[in-house]
Amino acid sequence: MGRRAGAPEVNAGSMADIAFLLLIFFLVTTTIETDAGLDRMLPPIEPPETDVIIKQKNIFQVSINKNGQLLADDELTDLKDLRQKAVDFLDNNGDGTCTYCKGKKNPESSDNPTKAIISLKNDRETKYSTYITVQNELVGAYNELRNREAKRLYNRTFVNLEEEYLSPESKEKLDEDALDELKAKVKRIQDLFPQKLSEAETSSSN
Amino acid sequence: MSKFNFKKNKPTPEVSTASLPDIVFMLLFFFMTVTVMKDDSLKVSNDLPNASEIKKLEKKDRLITVYIGTPSERFQGSLGTEPRIQIDDKFIAIENFGAAILEKIEAKPAQIQSFVTVSLKVDKTASMGLITDVKKELRKINALKINYTTFEGDSFNNLSN
Repeated sequence: MGRRAGAPEVNAGSMADIAFLLLIFFLVTTTIETDAGLDRMLPPIEPPETDVIIKQKNIFQVSINKNGQLLADDELTDLKDLRQKAVDFLDNNGDGTCTYCKGKKNPESSDNPTKAIISLKNDRETKYSTYITVQNELVGAYNELRNREAKRLYNRTFVNLEEEYLSPESKEKLDEDALDELKAKVKRIQDLFPQKLSEAETSSSN
Repeated sequence: MSKFNFKKNKPTPEVSTASLPDIVFMLLFFFMTVTVMKDDSLKVSNDLPNASEIKKLEKKDRLITVYIGTPSERFQGSLGTEPRIQIDDKFIAIENFGAAILEKIEAKPAQIQSFVTVSLKVDKTASMGLITDVKKELRKINALKINYTTFEGDSFNNLSN
């Protein structure tokens, strides 16, 4: 008679305890990290075969000394003003060939965005945090100009455009044509203001 | 009236805990999917600076992480307080740094070896000297893509400390 009642049920009361134990284990051993940061390309070690002559006015020289003071184009500059200065320099359009620039066309400053180079120099004792802040401001200057152009051409910001292009989700969502179109858009904006940020080797002599 | 009265005698029913395992399992799976295992234990102090113009590092398999910072307290007796480089779980001297990175690149599948990005996790307080040396070593072995890994935030917070 008793057998007919079927197998006795397994007590599932401790299931919650087991699951909690697993949960706590995973909480402790894992981290939620989405790393993010400033992407940079280092210059190759071999010098270019042909020496390119760059006009002095096309170089925006930024130097940081060991006290964190900033020299931008031979002027002592506050970090907060650096971004605007860099924007003015890149957007200057000295030779008038850049149709989308809105700069002052100062003949003493850069010819056009494709020629403008920002050179960053630091001392060995410069603090890393200061260096990152300066890097951030310079990338910010490029992004500001690229955003402006992307807004004008595609009615959205460059940062937003690039994020969509780089994210793995959009690779799955979009078909090949849409992805190519996105790539072309990103490329076009990048070409309008190419990022020419040179990280010269640290020299203690100057 | 009687409608309300006869309920009073019954004891309050217990809350069913039968669905508790399901809820906990759901949480467990959530955490298993959104998190990654800690792969190295830090031996250097690593308080990253803030930056606002950042890009996310999406492809984890192409990443080599380098930690730079002051050794943590239990190593300071033997190593001093000068910033050190940590790769995986080991301290690496600057002379061996290039070789160590090359070794890491070699360990990756051949088709992604040329896309490797070196993520530099450098403590705020470190000075640029060691980082300049690291950059020089990276240029020597032609690992040119680097990323200064930072927290998201206002970069001017870096200066006030």
